Amino acid sequence: MLSLGSVGAKSTKPSFVSYVTPEEIKLEKEPPKKLKHPDLLPGEVEFCSANPILKYTQDDLSQRGVFGTLFCTNFRITFISDEKSQEETTKTFKNKLYGENDIPLMFVDHIYGVYDEKRKLITGALVKNKYPSKIIIHCKDLRVFQFCLTYTKEEDAKKIFQGIAHHCLEEKSLKCVFAFSYTGTPSPEMQRKRETILFDSPEDWTQEMKRTKANCRLVTENENFELSQRLPKYFVIPSALGDLFSYQGKGFPIWCWSHYSGCALFKASLPPVTQEDGDFQKHFDIMINAVAHNYLYSAKTEDLSESLPTIQDIQQSYNKFKQFFLIENSTDFWLSDMKWFSSLESSGWLDIIRQCLQKAVEVVECLEKDNTNVLITEEEGTDLCCVISSLVQIMLDPYYRTLMGFQSLVQKEWVAGCHAFLDRCNHLHQKDKECYSPVFLLFLECVWQLVQQHSPAFQFSETYLTVLSDSVHMPVFSTFLFNSAHHRESVLKAESPLAQSSPLSCPTVWDWSVQFDSKAQNYFFNPLYSEKVKHEKAVRKPHKLKHQRQLSLPSTAFKTPFKKGFFKDETDSLKKMLRVKRLSRWMGSPDSTAAISREFYESWQQRPLDYHGLLLPCLDGPAVRVWMQRYLRWIPEVHILGGGSVAVMTKLMELLSQVQDLKRVLEQRDSSQAAKPDHRPYIQHRLLSFGSSGRLPSSFPFAYSRNRSFKPIIPTGLMQCLMLTDSLASQEDEASSFVSLV
Amino acid sequence: DRSSGPRVSDTELRVYKDPSKDELPLLPEELVQDSAKDVTYICPFIGPVRGSLTVTNYRLFFRCTDREPVFGLDLPLGGLSRVEKIGAASSRGDVSYGVVCKDMRNLRFVHKEPEDSLKKSVFEVLMKFAFPVSNNMSLFAFEYKQVFPENGWKVYDPLAEYKRQGLPNESWRISKVNDHYELCDSYPATLFVPVTITDEELRRVSSFRAKGRIPVLSWIHPESQAAVVRASQTMVGQNGRRCKEDEKLLQAIMDANAQSHKLFIFDARPSVNAAANKMKGGGFESEDAYQNAELVFLDIHNIHVMRESLRKLKDVVYPNIEESHWLSNLESTHWLEHIKLILAGALRIADKVESGKTSVVVHCSDGWDRTPQLTSLALIMLDSHYRTIRGFQILLEKEWLSFGHRFQQRVGHGDKNHTDADRSPIFLQFIDCVWQMTRQFPAAFEFNEYFLITILDHLYSCLFGTFLCNSEQQRLKEEVPKRTVSLWSFVNSQLEEFVNPLYVHYPSHVLFPTVGIRHLQLWVSYYIRWNPRMRPQEPVHQRYKELLAKRAELQKRVEELQREAANRMASSSSERAGSPTRSITPVQTFV
Repeated sequence: MLSLGSVGAKSTKPSFVSYVTPEEIKLEKEPPKKLKHPDLLPGEVEFCSANPILKYTQDDLSQRGVFGTLFCTNFRITFISDEKSQEETTKTFKNKLYGENDIPLMFVDHIYGVYDEKRKLITGALVKNKYPSKIIIHCKDLRVFQFCLTYTKEEDAKKIFQGIAHHCLEEKSLKCVFAFSYTGTPSPEMQRKRETILFDSPEDWTQEMKRTKANCRLVTENENFELSQRLPKYFVIPSALGDLFSYQGKGFPIWCWSHYSGCALFKASLPPVTQEDGDFQKHFDIMINAVAHNYLYSAKTEDLSESLPTIQDIQQSYNKFKQFFLIENSTDFWLSDMKWFSSLESSGWLDIIRQCLQKAVEVVECLEKDNTNVLITEEEGTDLCCVISSLVQIMLDPYYRTLMGFQSLVQKEWVAGCHAFLDRCNHLHQKDKECYSPVFLLFLECVWQLVQQHSPAFQFSETYLTVLSDSVHMPVFSTFLFNSAHHRESVLKAESPLAQSSPLSCPTVWDWSVQFDSKAQNYFFNPLYSEKVKHEKAVRKPHKLKHQRQLSLPSTAFKTPFKKGFFKDETDSLKKMLRVKRLSRWMGSPDSTAAISREFYESWQQRPLDYHGLLLPCLDGPAVRVWMQRYLRWIPEVHILGGGSVAVMTKLMELLSQVQDLKRVLEQRDSSQAAKPDHRPYIQHRLLSFGSSGRLPSSFPFAYSRNRSFKPIIPTGLMQCLMLTDSLASQEDEASSFVSLV
Repeated sequence: DRSSGPRVSDTELRVYKDPSKDELPLLPEELVQDSAKDVTYICPFIGPVRGSLTVTNYRLFFRCTDREPVFGLDLPLGGLSRVEKIGAASSRGDVSYGVVCKDMRNLRFVHKEPEDSLKKSVFEVLMKFAFPVSNNMSLFAFEYKQVFPENGWKVYDPLAEYKRQGLPNESWRISKVNDHYELCDSYPATLFVPVTITDEELRRVSSFRAKGRIPVLSWIHPESQAAVVRASQTMVGQNGRRCKEDEKLLQAIMDANAQSHKLFIFDARPSVNAAANKMKGGGFESEDAYQNAELVFLDIHNIHVMRESLRKLKDVVYPNIEESHWLSNLESTHWLEHIKLILAGALRIADKVESGKTSVVVHCSDGWDRTPQLTSLALIMLDSHYRTIRGFQILLEKEWLSFGHRFQQRVGHGDKNHTDADRSPIFLQFIDCVWQMTRQFPAAFEFNEYFLITILDHLYSCLFGTFLCNSEQQRLKEEVPKRTVSLWSFVNSQLEEFVNPLYVHYPSHVLFPTVGIRHLQLWVSYYIRWNPRMRPQEPVHQRYKELLAKRAELQKRVEELQREAANRMASSSSERAGSPTRSITPVQTFV
């Protein structure tokens, strides 16, 4: 076969210049003599710097760059261009803590060094010998930075390289995290206190039980962590459970949420039951019994470590997955584009997301359809249990689909619920990576799937989720910094006397004003959110009914559960008793569960969609997607200028603000009793800080394309793209009719 | 009622609100041919359902009787590509029938053979009416006589369209050389060519271009005068034939654009295939013969590869999706890779014209499959007019219908020969590319997804004359515009259904889509629309429409109030003289 290259055509050589030797790069101008210094945050200390350093321009295919100074501080690696940059000032969605040329140390995922044209992963060993000509930094928020070190003095280059490698890669103690040096004053408003429930007081839990009409017991015995250091300070248990100290060392069910029917979801840290261990079996039975007593004596349990991937699986899968987005140059991009779908599949990441959502749907089914108590277990009880229980609550409870509700949920299940953020995020670069796993990110991914499938049901936007996924690695907040409530308390207590006056002043991540001004925070809200129709007016048919599905089949699955009386039928109770025994493990084989929950989904789907009711995800192949905004935002090759979901959001926000303005005009008229004709312009086109160009890149509000020339991105290496060898390819379109004109 | 209109059912099973009514919605001139009770439809999603089957001269209609609520299956016979008996009758006399559809589904029925052997089974009637062309009958489009407020056949007026582009001008003229389709029977009568080329020269060129499809103008850039020119391949052959008129014509095309001293020739084929064509007398322009021309191959495969790719796609999506291997299965169909190549090709063409200000010539082998895909996509990128509903209709009428995309052959209207190698989903692929662009630029197109799906449904339905025949000449011969209704009559009579509420008209915007496969999606709401689990959701549009309505309502109220206030002011000032106390009377009493 001839090469599919270019017969007759001048071959367009791929613009791939692997690693440009420094001499090839034209100096645009002499670096100025005076060093610019970064604006330091309160408590930030500069370690070292080097100049001139060439930073390659990410979205320029020609591998050119900008000269400037590279700094390493106790918070970040930062690059300050010698040229004046206007980008930063015009940005409307600006993070106050770090800019586009800043890499907070905890964001650094991997560092590669280029030595004699060869790329090597930097680990501790290489540092001592020599420094590379170029360093490539892969960040956890998927940015890729490339710096050339060859222009600067050898000792400066060595110093900055070693500084960066040391502060980003070496194992360090928690005290070295910037949060412990940060002295930013907490914002005066402290709005979060009012709105996001932190679940760090008995009142918060009582309130939550009241809200969900739960019939459980608040435990305060662990206030000083006497029960267990792995348990939250306060938690709620089935009221049937007796003295907790007698179960010490063994896990017990912790209440997550109560369904309006009365049944509830519990989670527990329990190792898998082995038949030999009679003692444990006995304990397990007591626990089940306590759960079952919560409502109508029914219970199902599910061991998540049996049916879901392990945290190591999750980490390995994510490691593969993220590689597809850490793109260093255009050629890499187009090469990886060819096997995109099979690569995605082989990473297994989307499948893990699907499995988690699937499991959550199964739990939802038990609660919603069967009105059974559910106990989910896993060995630790703070990883997949958190994922599944949070997802279940989002699907069932519209409160958790509001911004504040969602934040409270993260506090309840994850932060107060003792998810080991410090270990799982590997904030300290521990060499023993066994415990590192992006479990929380997995949860956000699952939420994103729900958001993109049922956007009007959520008050927050995907931008919010993306920002939250970045903020996990922001070393300024205390929220994601500890392994458990006990850990948090012991560290903070030990810390405060040293700091003399106040206790450690790290804000929670929910204080968004630390990162964004209020204008930027507008992007956290979803303009599509359909607020709950207020009941004051005669409720007209809500708009969702228009969305009615055409195919409606007999729905047996969805009769509203009839109100159960106070008197339980004896036989009913007996039946339930048997059921508990039978169903003490999850139902049958995995195939049949899939089929059953398929039915559950279908019967749900046939009902009119209520955005304030039960929400289920579609999990069929094409429905589970890649979180484009998070993963593609820094890759210029996929930015659509003037397109993408930004275009829709712009339009929506524009229209929304017009509607609001009109409403305001009417209200004003009502109040002033239309005394005078109003000559004020009544429509103010408030383009909610989107600008009026209509030509924003799809990566907005994250990356701004510097490529404003509207040049299309023509794929390189298309030639190898589709080598079809079957006979059809060589067939003529119309072989028969061809000869006639020759 | 919309369900009785010429709308193809958008879900597989339509629910009937009032099951007591006999709801067979018949169109004008539609006649029931046969019907049978006790037919079982084996639904791949909900299992077997029993009901009655009716065959008319336009549709197949199945109404289930054993379920609540009652629902039905309603599809035009034009959508069937194959009807066959599967296996022999069972012991109970049941016979299985398989129906393969052109719109990505297969249906299966079970029916008892009539005991009276003289009586025909309803499926025999179905086979007859599903393939009228093979049975020497006429297509339903020729019977259907519905009158719409607008005549869609008047949508495209070639002279008006070229005039919109500023033609003729000092460099381009109308040629009458193909007035009676003598030069090229698959080309339109109206052709635009460079003024410096005579009709006689065009005749010589026609013998050097496959099927006589000479390079003619498709579109011209309003500012730079860079032109998009379409053609078929050159008949170079193994001996490297040359044609000086053809060389002159291409030079003239280049000269017509003062901005550039270059011409790009885009050959849609993979270079191997283009080279192989030389063996059969075809080939491509050599850069020796055509000075200043640069030849680029776009590596788009032929109609057979595309047909096979769609067949594989159907296997992967219908009836059920294998979840665990969905992505690799999708990749193995290569469907999206073909979409990517076509879009990338069109993008390169648009880039050369827009950014390079260079004229381009586009061709494949015959210039009626890949060429219209590329030119029409490039035109959509370059010219916002083609992104409006009417502009898109004009684009289809011009690039596809008048320039002779062989719809009859590619779709096989009313023809039972389902294995015909001339069938290929070329037009579907083009619509898919347009859909990909509408996804990437959600506010740049006046039409919505439903518009595209409607076009595809009626590509097969044979209800309208629009997609019948292979060329303009054939359509005139068959008097299609006189004897049938245009799809655009239907569409333009209920435009609100097809409008994208997010649309903003930016006249000068050029769209450069991203062709990376990461941004291409399978068009779920078309290819997987029969699967009830994959029912599409369009909350954005829904919500947007609500907001629009809300804004209109509020605006009305504000205006009313203003008018009232103004009236009151006027009346109060006129009355003030007489009775000053009246002026404080509340507004309401005046109205």
